[in-house]
Amino acid sequence: MCLAIPAKIVELVPDSASLATVEVAGVRRRVDLGLLEDDMPKPGDWVLVHVGFAMSKISEQDAIDQMRTLTMLGEAEQAMEEVQGYGLENLDADNVRKQ
Amino acid sequence: MRFVDEFRDPDVITRTCSEIRRLADPKRHYRIMEVCGGHTHAIYRFGLKDVLPENIELIHGPGCPVCVLPMGRIDDGLSIAQDPNVIFAAFGDMMRVPGTQGSPLEHKARGMDVRIVYSPADALKIAKANPDKHVMFFAIGFETTAPSTALTLIRAKNDGIHNFSVFCNHVTIIPAIRAILDSPDMRLDAFIGPGHVSTVIGCRPYEWIASVENKPIVVSGFEPLDMLQSIVMLLRQLKAGHSKVENQYKRVVPWEGNRSALKAMAEAFQLRPYFEWRGLGFISQSALRVRDEYAEWDSERRFDVPGVRVTDPRAAQCGEVLKGVLKPHQCKLFGHECTPEHPIGALMVSSEGSCAAYFNYEHRKTAMVTLRPTA
Repeated sequence: MCLAIPAKIVELVPDSASLATVEVAGVRRRVDLGLLEDDMPKPGDWVLVHVGFAMSKISEQDAIDQMRTLTMLGEAEQAMEEVQGYGLENLDADNVRKQ
Repeated sequence: MRFVDEFRDPDVITRTCSEIRRLADPKRHYRIMEVCGGHTHAIYRFGLKDVLPENIELIHGPGCPVCVLPMGRIDDGLSIAQDPNVIFAAFGDMMRVPGTQGSPLEHKARGMDVRIVYSPADALKIAKANPDKHVMFFAIGFETTAPSTALTLIRAKNDGIHNFSVFCNHVTIIPAIRAILDSPDMRLDAFIGPGHVSTVIGCRPYEWIASVENKPIVVSGFEPLDMLQSIVMLLRQLKAGHSKVENQYKRVVPWEGNRSALKAMAEAFQLRPYFEWRGLGFISQSALRVRDEYAEWDSERRFDVPGVRVTDPRAAQCGEVLKGVLKPHQCKLFGHECTPEHPIGALMVSSEGSCAAYFNYEHRKTAMVTLRPTA
């Protein structure tokens, strides 16, 4: 829960106000950019993600450093588990089904 | 110290350590509190104590949200989920935290619908997928997770999702620091400020610590070099007789914090007049509740909450450890009755709890040494 996970924005999800596809160590997931409204990240930007929400923009070097810190803290595995656990990726599919 | 070679520049670490030795006055004893549980974990994991002079003592602060949650709140949340129509959703960190009748995981084994979620947004998603059930998200955390819960509440209201509510246990870090500074048995010289909480609240909320309490505080990153540099910055201030707020973690923490996140919190939450913290007691205006405009999505207003109050087991000394008065291994239960496998106190549950960190890195190390044949 307290892990800050570095992720790279791959693309903004079309027809959604704030969802983006990100990549974390080769794994693609959806995260919510709604808490960076004032300074929306663009594809190619790096962000730190907490509990499925991007909380701050960081540089690529900081992202690499953060991933290494997680590895050394023995938390990289937990971070990947957390990222893979985000169920956000089907959100818009659900919405489409309802409409 | 461990992992030195894996760092960008081991030489810089060596130089930073010598700078610490140069700055630390051998006639003084320094008590520096790291507020954040993430720092506590890193300090033990990297063995930072091994490289610090003996007169620099690191005191572990209250910044582990699982650890400061009173057991009664877990009982309250679980009592709501006794209703078979209610799904109990919480972060994995909560699952093994004991309530008086067992942890959420043990309740799941007894048939309660308990789901681990990695994001509050996932709890909302479960609600959308189960319109005939009610999903209660058991929310915990400091300002790092509170904005995400806030935005999820805003989304629930905007999307008209009525079978979702939040059992809010979010706490705020500043009143806890104030309570520690007000505590008569606590004498601290300086603070290592939390890194990720500060990405949200920025550095300004710490200014009173420097200007009113005359204690230096440095917001710090989590790598060993970050923390060692923060200690250098604190020692420089102490040596010069200054007290300021400094930001060592500029690459991630903006001085002003994250405005969108603060806006979401202000929209969905209001301050509670007071809230109980494990080990620290009742602290005024130290926690968040769901704002009146969102009452429909507030579990505490939607359901009958027993308002359970549980005193910690008498032999457990979580409170003293949490305040830094006792070291983890000085607790009577440490390592015997209370272990990470069978935690009695919450400090033993989370990897960010000082007891679990101490047990995993210091205690096991010592145990291994003593097991080695002496011949």
